[in-house]
Amino acid sequence: MAKVAVIGVGQSAFVRAYPGSIRELAFEAFRDAMKDAGIKSQQIDASVICSAPEYDKQRTPAGLMAEYLGLNPQPTFYVESVCSSSSSGLRTAYALVASGLHDVVMVLGFQKMSEISSAESQERMGRGADIQWEAPFGTMMPAYYAMYARGHFEKYGTTEEDLALIRVKSSTYGVINEKAVFRKSLDLAKIMEPKYIATPLKMYDCCANADGSSCMILASEEKAKELCSNPVWIRGLGMATAPINMAGRDTFSGLKCAQLAAKRAYEMAGIGPKDIDVAEVHDCFTIAEMMAYEDLGFAEPGKGKDLIRNKETYKEGRIPVNVDGGLLSKGHPIGATGGSQIRTIVMQLRGTAGDMQVPNAKVGLVHNIGGVGIYGNVSIFSAE
Amino acid sequence: MGFDQFGVISFTSATKTEKFVELLQDSKLSGTVCKSCGAKFFPPRSDCSLCLSDEMDWFEINGPGELISYTTAMYAPAGFENDVPYTLGVAEFPEGVKVFGRLDKAISDDQLKAGMKIRIKTVNAGEGRVSYELCAA
Repeated sequence: MAKVAVIGVGQSAFVRAYPGSIRELAFEAFRDAMKDAGIKSQQIDASVICSAPEYDKQRTPAGLMAEYLGLNPQPTFYVESVCSSSSSGLRTAYALVASGLHDVVMVLGFQKMSEISSAESQERMGRGADIQWEAPFGTMMPAYYAMYARGHFEKYGTTEEDLALIRVKSSTYGVINEKAVFRKSLDLAKIMEPKYIATPLKMYDCCANADGSSCMILASEEKAKELCSNPVWIRGLGMATAPINMAGRDTFSGLKCAQLAAKRAYEMAGIGPKDIDVAEVHDCFTIAEMMAYEDLGFAEPGKGKDLIRNKETYKEGRIPVNVDGGLLSKGHPIGATGGSQIRTIVMQLRGTAGDMQVPNAKVGLVHNIGGVGIYGNVSIFSAE
Repeated sequence: MGFDQFGVISFTSATKTEKFVELLQDSKLSGTVCKSCGAKFFPPRSDCSLCLSDEMDWFEINGPGELISYTTAMYAPAGFENDVPYTLGVAEFPEGVKVFGRLDKAISDDQLKAGMKIRIKTVNAGEGRVSYELCAA
Protein backbone atom coordinates (compact mmCIF):
# COMPACT_ATOMS: atom_id res chain seq x y z
CA MET A 1 0.00 0.00 0.00
CA ALA A 2 1.25 3.49 -0.87
CA LYS A 3 2.37 5.64 2.05
CA VAL A 4 0.23 8.66 2.96
CA ALA A 5 1.30 11.44 5.32
CA VAL A 6 -0.38 14.19 7.28
CA ILE A 7 1.57 17.34 6.40
CA GLY A 8 -0.57 19.98 8.10
CA VAL A 9 -3.10 20.21 10.92
CA GLY A 10 -5.16 23.01 12.41
CA GLN A 11 -8.18 23.77 14.50
CA SER A 12 -10.17 26.74 15.70
CA ALA A 13 -10.66 27.36 19.39
CA PHE A 14 -13.71 25.35 20.47
CA VAL A 15 -16.24 27.79 21.93
CA ARG A 16 -19.86 27.82 23.16
CA ALA A 17 -21.02 30.25 20.48
CA TYR A 18 -18.79 31.30 17.60
CA PRO A 19 -19.39 34.94 16.66
CA GLY A 20 -19.31 34.36 12.91
CA SER A 21 -20.69 32.23 10.10
CA ILE A 22 -19.81 28.62 9.28
CA ARG A 23 -17.49 29.64 6.43
CA GLU A 24 -15.57 31.94 8.78
CA LEU A 25 -15.44 29.24 11.45
CA ALA A 26 -14.05 26.79 8.88
CA PHE A 27 -11.46 29.29 7.72
CA GLU A 28 -9.91 29.42 11.20
CA ALA A 29 -8.87 25.76 11.07
CA PHE A 30 -7.99 26.02 7.38
CA ARG A 31 -5.65 28.98 7.94
CA ASP A 32 -3.99 27.16 10.83
CA ALA A 33 -3.43 23.97 8.78
CA MET A 34 -2.27 25.79 5.64
CA LYS A 35 0.30 27.77 7.62
CA ASP A 36 1.36 24.56 9.31
CA ALA A 37 1.84 22.83 5.95
CA GLY A 38 3.30 25.95 4.34
CA ILE A 39 1.27 25.54 1.14
CA LYS A 40 -1.19 27.59 -0.94
CA SER A 41 -4.79 26.73 -1.92
CA GLN A 42 -3.78 25.93 -5.50
CA GLN A 43 -1.58 23.10 -4.23
CA ILE A 44 -4.59 21.24 -2.82
CA ASP A 45 -5.88 18.79 -5.40
CA ALA A 46 -9.21 17.96 -3.75
CA SER A 47 -11.12 18.58 -0.52
CA VAL A 48 -13.38 16.50 1.70
CA ILE A 49 -15.81 18.49 3.86
CA CYS A 50 -17.29 16.92 7.01
CA SER A 51 -20.07 17.88 9.41
CA ALA A 52 -23.38 16.59 10.71
CA PRO A 53 -25.86 18.21 8.34
CA GLU A 54 -28.79 18.57 10.74
CA TYR A 55 -27.11 21.59 12.36
CA ASP A 56 -26.44 23.40 9.12
CA LYS A 57 -28.88 25.85 7.62
CA GLN A 58 -26.65 25.86 4.54
CA ARG A 59 -27.55 23.11 2.12
CA THR A 60 -24.54 21.29 0.57
CA PRO A 61 -21.80 22.92 2.66
CA ALA A 62 -18.94 21.42 0.60
CA GLY A 63 -19.67 23.80 -2.26
CA LEU A 64 -19.72 26.79 0.06
CA MET A 65 -16.49 25.80 1.79
CA ALA A 66 -14.62 25.11 -1.47
CA GLU A 67 -15.46 28.61 -2.64
CA TYR A 68 -14.59 30.41 0.61
CA LEU A 69 -11.34 28.50 1.11
CA GLY A 70 -10.25 29.25 -2.45
CA LEU A 71 -10.46 25.64 -3.59
CA ASN A 72 -12.40 26.06 -6.86
CA PRO A 73 -12.25 24.47 -9.36
CA GLN A 74 -10.77 21.41 -7.63
CA PRO A 75 -13.04 18.46 -6.69
CA THR A 76 -14.88 18.67 -3.36
CA PHE A 77 -17.55 16.60 -1.68
CA TYR A 78 -19.16 15.91 1.66
CA VAL A 79 -18.60 12.98 4.05
CA GLU A 80 -20.74 12.30 7.12
CA SER A 81 -20.75 9.77 9.94
CA VAL A 82 -22.06 12.09 12.69
CA CYS A 83 -19.51 12.45 15.51
CA SER A 84 -16.82 10.57 13.57
CA SER A 85 -17.34 12.47 10.32
CA SER A 86 -13.83 13.88 10.05
CA SER A 87 -12.23 10.49 10.78
CA SER A 88 -14.35 9.10 7.96
CA GLY A 89 -13.07 12.09 5.97
CA LEU A 90 -9.51 11.01 6.78
CA ARG A 91 -10.32 7.51 5.58
CA THR A 92 -11.75 8.89 2.34
CA ALA A 93 -8.84 11.24 1.76
CA TYR A 94 -6.37 8.44 2.45
CA ALA A 95 -8.00 6.37 -0.28
CA LEU A 96 -7.91 9.29 -2.72
CA VAL A 97 -4.17 9.72 -2.16
CA ALA A 98 -3.17 6.05 -1.84
CA SER A 99 -4.98 5.25 -5.09
CA GLY A 100 -2.91 7.85 -6.91
CA LEU A 101 -6.00 9.83 -7.92
CA HIS A 102 -4.78 12.93 -6.05
CA ASP A 103 -1.47 13.97 -4.43
CA VAL A 104 -2.65 16.49 -1.82
CA VAL A 105 -6.10 16.30 -0.21
CA MET A 106 -7.56 18.49 2.52
CA VAL A 107 -10.11 17.28 5.10
CA LEU A 108 -12.12 19.98 6.80
CA GLY A 109 -14.53 19.28 9.68
CA PHE A 110 -16.78 21.91 11.19
CA GLN A 111 -19.88 22.35 13.32
CA LYS A 112 -21.71 25.41 14.54
CA MET A 113 -24.03 23.85 17.11
CA SER A 114 -25.02 27.19 18.61
CA GLU A 115 -27.30 27.84 15.63
CA ILE A 116 -29.99 25.90 17.51
CA SER A 117 -31.07 25.55 21.18
CA SER A 118 -29.71 22.83 23.44
CA ALA A 119 -33.10 21.05 23.56
CA GLU A 120 -33.39 21.18 19.76
CA SER A 121 -29.85 19.91 19.60
CA GLN A 122 -30.76 16.98 21.88
CA GLU A 123 -33.79 16.24 19.73
CA ARG A 124 -31.61 16.14 16.62
CA MET A 125 -29.11 13.92 18.42
CA GLY A 126 -31.97 11.61 19.42
CA ARG A 127 -32.80 11.39 15.75
CA GLY A 128 -29.23 10.20 15.19
CA ALA A 129 -30.69 6.94 16.48
CA ASP A 130 -33.48 4.96 14.79
CA ILE A 131 -36.27 7.49 14.23
CA GLN A 132 -38.87 4.87 13.36
CA TRP A 133 -38.52 2.56 16.35
CA GLU A 134 -36.62 4.43 19.11
CA ALA A 135 -37.03 8.20 18.85
CA PRO A 136 -40.82 7.94 19.58
CA PHE A 137 -39.87 7.02 23.18
CA GLY A 138 -37.91 10.25 23.72
CA THR A 139 -34.31 9.19 23.19
CA MET A 140 -31.14 11.24 23.46
CA MET A 141 -27.42 10.59 23.44
CA PRO A 142 -26.83 10.74 27.23
CA ALA A 143 -29.56 8.13 27.80
CA TYR A 144 -28.04 5.72 25.30
CA TYR A 145 -24.53 6.01 26.74
CA ALA A 146 -26.10 5.77 30.22
CA MET A 147 -27.45 2.33 29.28
CA TYR A 148 -23.91 1.31 28.39
CA ALA A 149 -22.70 2.72 31.72
CA ARG A 150 -25.32 0.67 33.57
CA GLY A 151 -24.35 -2.38 31.52
CA HIS A 152 -20.68 -1.86 32.37
CA PHE A 153 -21.46 -1.37 36.09
CA GLU A 154 -23.58 -4.54 36.19
CA LYS A 155 -21.04 -6.70 34.39
CA TYR A 156 -17.78 -5.41 35.85
CA GLY A 157 -18.53 -3.57 39.08
CA THR A 158 -17.41 -0.22 37.68
CA THR A 159 -18.71 2.70 39.77
CA GLU A 160 -19.83 6.29 39.33
CA GLU A 161 -16.63 7.31 41.09
CA ASP A 162 -14.54 5.46 38.49
CA LEU A 163 -16.24 7.52 35.79
CA ALA A 164 -15.70 10.69 37.82
CA LEU A 165 -11.96 9.94 37.93
CA ILE A 166 -11.94 10.14 34.14
CA ARG A 167 -13.43 13.63 34.33
CA VAL A 168 -10.85 14.63 36.94
CA LYS A 169 -8.13 13.64 34.47
CA SER A 170 -9.88 15.44 31.63
CA SER A 171 -10.11 18.68 33.57
CA THR A 172 -6.44 18.45 34.54
CA TYR A 173 -5.55 18.75 30.86
CA GLY A 174 -8.45 20.98 29.80
CA VAL A 175 -6.93 23.66 32.03
CA ILE A 176 -3.77 23.73 29.89
CA ASN A 177 -5.42 23.47 26.46
CA GLU A 178 -5.99 26.97 25.15
CA LYS A 179 -8.34 25.64 22.44
CA ALA A 180 -10.68 23.95 24.96
CA VAL A 181 -14.13 25.28 25.83
CA PHE A 182 -14.02 24.04 29.44
CA ARG A 183 -10.83 25.12 31.21
CA LYS A 184 -11.84 24.99 34.88
CA SER A 185 -10.23 22.53 37.25
CA LEU A 186 -12.75 20.05 38.71
CA ASP A 187 -12.31 17.96 41.84
CA LEU A 188 -13.91 14.62 42.58
CA ALA A 189 -16.49 16.07 45.01
CA LYS A 190 -17.75 18.55 42.43
CA ILE A 191 -18.02 15.90 39.73
CA MET A 192 -19.85 13.54 42.12
CA GLU A 193 -22.61 16.09 42.91
CA PRO A 194 -25.83 14.21 42.09
CA LYS A 195 -26.90 16.32 39.12
CA TYR A 196 -28.17 13.42 37.04
CA ILE A 197 -28.77 13.82 33.32
CA ALA A 198 -29.58 10.17 32.61
CA THR A 199 -28.73 7.81 35.46
CA PRO A 200 -25.98 6.93 36.26
CA LEU A 201 -24.48 9.75 34.17
CA LYS A 202 -24.28 13.15 35.84
CA MET A 203 -23.59 16.60 34.47
CA TYR A 204 -19.83 16.27 34.45
CA ASP A 205 -19.93 12.85 32.83
CA CYS A 206 -21.13 14.60 29.68
CA CYS A 207 -19.24 16.75 27.21
CA ALA A 208 -20.59 20.11 26.10
CA ASN A 209 -21.82 21.13 22.70
CA ALA A 210 -19.43 23.54 21.03
CA ASP A 211 -18.71 25.41 17.84
CA GLY A 212 -15.46 24.57 16.16
CA SER A 213 -13.53 23.50 13.10
CA SER A 214 -10.57 21.28 12.31
CA CYS A 215 -8.45 20.74 9.24
CA MET A 216 -5.85 18.22 8.05
CA ILE A 217 -3.83 18.08 4.88
CA LEU A 218 -2.76 14.72 3.51
CA ALA A 219 -0.10 14.07 0.91
CA SER A 220 1.44 11.21 -1.04
CA GLU A 221 4.89 10.02 0.05
CA GLU A 222 6.59 11.89 -2.77
CA LYS A 223 4.72 15.15 -2.14
CA ALA A 224 5.13 14.85 1.62
CA LYS A 225 8.90 14.58 1.30
CA GLU A 226 8.94 17.53 -1.09
CA LEU A 227 6.72 19.81 1.00
CA CYS A 228 7.22 18.81 4.62
CA SER A 229 10.14 18.37 7.02
CA ASN A 230 8.13 16.54 9.70
CA PRO A 231 5.41 14.42 8.07
CA VAL A 232 3.37 12.09 10.26
CA TRP A 233 2.47 8.84 8.55
CA ILE A 234 -0.89 7.09 8.51
CA ARG A 235 -0.13 3.48 9.49
CA GLY A 236 -3.47 1.89 10.15
CA LEU A 237 -7.10 2.73 9.45
CA GLY A 238 -9.89 0.58 10.86
CA MET A 239 -13.57 1.23 10.54
CA ALA A 240 -16.55 -0.87 11.56
CA THR A 241 -20.26 -0.42 12.14
CA ALA A 242 -22.95 -1.81 14.44
CA PRO A 243 -26.77 -1.81 14.26
CA ILE A 244 -28.24 1.65 14.80
CA ASN A 245 -31.04 0.14 16.89
CA MET A 246 -30.24 -0.87 20.48
CA ALA A 247 -32.31 -4.03 19.97
CA GLY A 248 -29.61 -5.15 17.54
CA ARG A 249 -26.71 -4.78 19.97
CA ASP A 250 -25.17 -7.91 21.46
CA THR A 251 -23.63 -6.27 24.53
CA PHE A 252 -24.04 -3.13 26.66
CA SER A 253 -20.57 -3.18 28.20
CA GLY A 254 -18.45 -2.23 25.19
CA LEU A 255 -18.78 -0.95 21.63
CA LYS A 256 -18.46 -3.69 19.04
CA CYS A 257 -17.72 -1.22 16.25
CA ALA A 258 -14.73 0.11 18.21
CA GLN A 259 -13.42 -3.37 18.97
CA LEU A 260 -13.55 -4.36 15.30
CA ALA A 261 -12.16 -1.04 14.06
CA ALA A 262 -9.24 -1.36 16.49
CA LYS A 263 -8.52 -4.91 15.36
CA ARG A 264 -8.43 -3.80 11.72
CA ALA A 265 -6.26 -0.75 12.44
CA TYR A 266 -3.76 -2.78 14.48
CA GLU A 267 -3.59 -5.43 11.73
CA MET A 268 -2.98 -2.84 9.02
CA ALA A 269 -0.27 -1.16 11.10
CA GLY A 270 1.24 -4.51 12.08
CA ILE A 271 1.30 -3.55 15.76
CA GLY A 272 -0.74 -4.08 18.93
CA PRO A 273 -2.10 -2.02 21.83
CA LYS A 274 1.20 -2.23 23.73
CA ASP A 275 2.93 -0.32 20.93
CA ILE A 276 0.78 2.80 21.33
CA ASP A 277 2.57 5.68 23.08
CA VAL A 278 -0.32 8.15 23.21
CA ALA A 279 -4.03 7.98 22.37
CA GLU A 280 -6.99 10.25 21.77
CA VAL A 281 -10.29 8.50 22.47
CA HIS A 282 -13.88 9.59 21.93
CA ASP A 283 -14.91 10.62 25.45
CA CYS A 284 -18.24 12.23 24.63
CA PHE A 285 -19.19 10.73 28.01
CA THR A 286 -16.89 9.38 30.72
CA ILE A 287 -18.25 5.86 30.14
CA ALA A 288 -17.16 6.15 26.50
CA GLU A 289 -13.54 6.61 27.57
CA MET A 290 -13.84 3.73 30.05
CA MET A 291 -15.10 1.41 27.30
CA ALA A 292 -12.43 2.70 24.91
CA TYR A 293 -9.68 1.54 27.29
CA GLU A 294 -11.05 -1.97 26.94
CA ASP A 295 -12.24 -1.88 23.31
CA LEU A 296 -8.75 -0.72 22.20
CA GLY A 297 -6.98 -3.38 24.26
CA PHE A 298 -5.27 -0.97 26.68
CA ALA A 299 -6.96 -3.00 29.43
CA GLU A 300 -8.69 -6.38 29.54
CA PRO A 301 -12.51 -6.19 29.45
CA GLY A 302 -13.66 -4.99 32.89
CA LYS A 303 -10.20 -3.76 33.89
CA GLY A 304 -10.53 -0.25 32.49
CA LYS A 305 -11.35 1.01 35.96
CA ASP A 306 -7.92 -0.10 37.20
CA LEU A 307 -6.23 2.03 34.52
CA ILE A 308 -7.90 5.21 35.71
CA ARG A 309 -7.70 4.33 39.43
CA ASN A 310 -3.92 3.89 39.01
CA LYS A 311 -3.59 6.99 36.84
CA GLU A 312 -2.13 4.88 34.01
CA THR A 313 -3.84 7.08 31.42
CA TYR A 314 -2.30 10.31 32.72
CA LYS A 315 0.60 11.87 30.82
CA GLU A 316 3.13 10.11 33.07
CA GLY A 317 1.28 6.79 32.97
CA ARG A 318 1.67 3.60 30.92
CA ILE A 319 -0.75 4.70 28.18
CA PRO A 320 -1.56 8.43 28.18
CA VAL A 321 -5.12 9.06 26.93
CA ASN A 322 -6.72 12.41 26.07
CA VAL A 323 -3.95 14.53 27.53
CA ASP A 324 -5.45 17.49 25.63
CA GLY A 325 -8.60 17.29 27.79
CA GLY A 326 -10.57 15.17 25.34
CA LEU A 327 -14.10 15.96 24.25
CA LEU A 328 -15.13 16.39 27.88
CA SER A 329 -12.98 19.51 28.21
CA LYS A 330 -12.46 20.61 24.63
CA GLY A 331 -16.15 20.40 23.76
CA HIS A 332 -17.60 18.34 20.93
CA PRO A 333 -18.38 20.23 17.71
CA ILE A 334 -19.56 17.05 15.97
CA GLY A 335 -17.99 17.30 12.53
CA ALA A 336 -14.77 18.89 13.81
CA THR A 337 -14.01 16.44 16.61
CA GLY A 338 -12.10 13.71 14.75
CA GLY A 339 -9.84 16.25 13.08
CA SER A 340 -9.10 17.84 16.44
CA GLN A 341 -8.16 14.46 17.89
CA ILE A 342 -5.89 13.78 14.91
CA ARG A 343 -4.30 17.24 15.26
CA THR A 344 -3.39 16.45 18.86
CA ILE A 345 -1.79 13.14 17.88
CA VAL A 346 0.14 14.72 14.99
CA MET A 347 1.52 17.35 17.39
CA GLN A 348 2.41 14.65 19.91
CA LEU A 349 4.31 12.66 17.28
CA ARG A 350 6.15 15.77 16.08
CA GLY A 351 7.07 16.57 19.67
CA THR A 352 5.34 19.97 19.50
CA ALA A 353 2.48 19.44 21.98
CA GLY A 354 3.93 21.83 24.58
CA ASP A 355 2.68 21.27 28.14
CA MET A 356 0.66 18.29 26.91
CA GLN A 357 3.66 16.54 25.32
CA VAL A 358 4.14 12.88 26.12
CA PRO A 359 7.93 12.30 26.07
CA ASN A 360 9.23 10.26 23.12
CA ALA A 361 5.80 9.59 21.60
CA LYS A 362 6.43 7.70 18.35
CA VAL A 363 3.12 5.91 17.69
CA GLY A 364 -0.29 7.46 18.32
CA LEU A 365 -3.89 6.28 18.04
CA VAL A 366 -7.20 8.06 17.46
CA HIS A 367 -10.54 6.45 18.43
CA ASN A 368 -13.52 8.40 17.07
CA ILE A 369 -17.07 7.07 17.41
CA GLY A 370 -20.18 8.17 15.52
CA GLY A 371 -23.53 7.97 17.29
CA VAL A 372 -23.71 5.52 20.16
CA GLY A 373 -21.40 3.02 18.52
CA ILE A 374 -22.96 3.11 15.05
CA TYR A 375 -19.68 4.06 13.38
CA GLY A 376 -16.25 3.26 14.82
CA ASN A 377 -13.07 4.72 13.36
CA VAL A 378 -9.65 3.86 14.76
CA SER A 379 -6.61 5.43 13.12
CA ILE A 380 -2.93 4.84 13.88
CA PHE A 381 -0.14 7.28 13.10
CA SER A 382 3.63 7.22 13.47
CA ALA A 383 6.45 9.72 13.27
CA GLU A 384 8.55 7.48 11.03
CA MET B 1 -54.59 3.88 12.00
CA GLY B 2 -51.18 4.68 10.54
CA PHE B 3 -47.69 4.53 11.89
CA ASP B 4 -47.77 8.23 12.74
CA GLN B 5 -49.89 7.18 15.75
CA PHE B 6 -47.00 5.19 17.29
CA GLY B 7 -45.22 6.50 20.38
CA VAL B 8 -45.28 9.89 22.09
CA ILE B 9 -44.09 11.52 18.86
CA SER B 10 -43.69 9.62 15.62
CA PHE B 11 -41.07 10.77 13.15
CA THR B 12 -42.24 8.29 10.51
CA SER B 13 -45.57 8.59 8.70
CA ALA B 14 -45.52 5.67 6.30
CA THR B 15 -43.99 2.22 6.57
CA LYS B 16 -44.84 -1.18 5.15
CA THR B 17 -44.73 -2.46 8.74
CA GLU B 18 -47.61 -0.28 9.91
CA LYS B 19 -49.68 -3.33 10.83
CA PHE B 20 -47.44 -3.29 13.93
CA VAL B 21 -49.63 -0.48 15.32
CA GLU B 22 -52.86 -2.41 14.71
CA LEU B 23 -51.41 -5.50 16.40
CA LEU B 24 -50.20 -3.36 19.29
CA GLN B 25 -53.72 -1.99 19.81
CA ASP B 26 -54.78 -5.61 20.09
CA SER B 27 -52.18 -5.95 22.91
CA LYS B 28 -49.76 -7.89 20.75
CA LEU B 29 -46.13 -6.77 20.48
CA SER B 30 -45.00 -8.27 17.22
CA GLY B 31 -41.92 -8.80 15.14
CA THR B 32 -41.63 -10.17 11.63
CA VAL B 33 -40.34 -13.56 10.51
CA CYS B 34 -39.13 -14.17 6.95
CA LYS B 35 -41.38 -16.65 5.12
CA SER B 36 -38.48 -17.73 2.97
CA CYS B 37 -35.57 -18.27 5.38
CA GLY B 38 -37.18 -18.02 8.83
CA ALA B 39 -35.06 -15.12 10.10
CA LYS B 40 -36.78 -13.26 12.94
CA PHE B 41 -36.71 -9.50 13.34
CA PHE B 42 -37.52 -6.99 16.02
CA PRO B 43 -38.10 -4.18 15.36
CA PRO B 44 -40.13 -5.61 12.49
CA ARG B 45 -38.85 -5.23 8.96
CA SER B 46 -40.56 -5.70 5.62
CA ASP B 47 -37.44 -6.89 3.80
CA CYS B 48 -35.11 -9.75 4.73
CA SER B 49 -31.46 -8.69 4.63
CA LEU B 50 -30.35 -12.33 4.70
CA CYS B 51 -32.25 -13.80 1.72
CA LEU B 52 -33.71 -10.61 0.15
CA SER B 53 -37.30 -11.85 0.39
CA ASP B 54 -40.07 -9.32 0.97
CA GLU B 55 -42.58 -11.85 2.27
CA MET B 56 -42.99 -11.70 6.02
CA ASP B 57 -45.25 -13.15 8.67
CA TRP B 58 -45.90 -11.54 12.05
CA PHE B 59 -45.00 -13.28 15.29
CA GLU B 60 -45.92 -12.29 18.81
CA ILE B 61 -43.43 -11.57 21.58
CA ASN B 62 -44.91 -12.83 24.84
CA GLY B 63 -41.95 -13.25 27.14
CA PRO B 64 -41.37 -12.94 29.92
CA GLY B 65 -38.11 -11.27 29.01
CA GLU B 66 -35.21 -10.12 31.09
CA LEU B 67 -34.05 -6.51 31.51
CA ILE B 68 -30.48 -6.07 30.23
CA SER B 69 -29.84 -2.38 30.87
CA TYR B 70 -31.73 0.82 31.64
CA THR B 71 -31.43 4.51 32.45
CA THR B 72 -33.69 7.13 33.95
CA ALA B 73 -33.68 10.27 31.84
CA MET B 74 -33.93 13.49 33.87
CA TYR B 75 -33.90 15.66 30.76
CA ALA B 76 -35.70 15.09 27.50
CA PRO B 77 -35.46 16.14 23.89
CA ALA B 78 -37.83 18.75 22.45
CA GLY B 79 -41.44 17.51 22.62
CA PHE B 80 -40.88 15.07 25.51
CA GLU B 81 -40.16 17.59 28.31
CA ASN B 82 -43.44 16.92 30.15
CA ASP B 83 -42.66 13.23 30.52
CA VAL B 84 -39.47 13.41 32.63
CA PRO B 85 -38.29 11.58 34.54
CA TYR B 86 -38.80 8.42 32.50
CA THR B 87 -36.86 5.19 32.31
CA LEU B 88 -35.66 3.63 29.05
CA GLY B 89 -34.36 0.10 28.79
CA VAL B 90 -33.62 -2.94 26.69
CA ALA B 91 -34.92 -6.41 27.47
CA GLU B 92 -34.09 -9.77 25.93
CA PHE B 93 -36.95 -12.15 25.13
CA PRO B 94 -37.02 -15.94 24.75
CA GLU B 95 -38.46 -15.46 21.23
CA GLY B 96 -34.87 -14.56 20.28
CA VAL B 97 -35.20 -10.79 20.05
CA LYS B 98 -34.37 -7.72 22.14
CA VAL B 99 -36.88 -4.94 22.71
CA PHE B 100 -36.08 -1.29 23.45
CA GLY B 101 -38.67 0.97 25.07
CA ARG B 102 -39.83 2.89 28.11
CA LEU B 103 -40.35 1.15 31.42
CA ASP B 104 -43.61 1.24 33.38
CA LYS B 105 -43.49 4.05 35.96
CA ALA B 106 -45.02 1.62 38.47
CA ILE B 107 -41.67 -0.21 38.70
CA SER B 108 -40.12 0.83 42.02
CA ASP B 109 -36.46 1.77 42.47
CA ASP B 110 -36.01 -1.42 44.49
CA GLN B 111 -37.45 -3.55 41.70
CA LEU B 112 -35.47 -1.83 38.94
CA LYS B 113 -32.41 -3.92 38.19
CA ALA B 114 -30.77 -5.81 35.37
CA GLY B 115 -32.15 -9.32 35.23
CA MET B 116 -35.67 -8.40 36.39
CA LYS B 117 -38.44 -10.23 34.53
CA ILE B 118 -40.27 -8.16 31.95
CA ARG B 119 -43.53 -8.40 30.08
CA ILE B 120 -44.88 -6.00 27.48
CA LYS B 121 -47.99 -3.90 27.95
CA THR B 122 -49.76 -1.78 25.33
CA VAL B 123 -50.29 1.75 26.58
CA ASN B 124 -52.22 4.81 25.52
CA ALA B 125 -49.70 7.50 24.55
CA GLY B 126 -52.34 10.25 24.53
CA GLU B 127 -54.81 11.56 21.93
CA GLY B 128 -55.43 8.17 20.37
CA ARG B 129 -51.73 7.38 20.17
CA VAL B 130 -50.48 3.93 21.07
CA SER B 131 -47.20 2.70 22.49
CA TYR B 132 -45.81 -0.15 24.58
CA GLU B 133 -44.04 -0.30 27.90
CA LEU B 134 -41.73 -2.76 29.59
CA CYS B 135 -43.47 -3.83 32.84
CA ALA B 136 -42.55 -6.06 35.75
CA ALA B 137 -43.63 -9.64 34.93
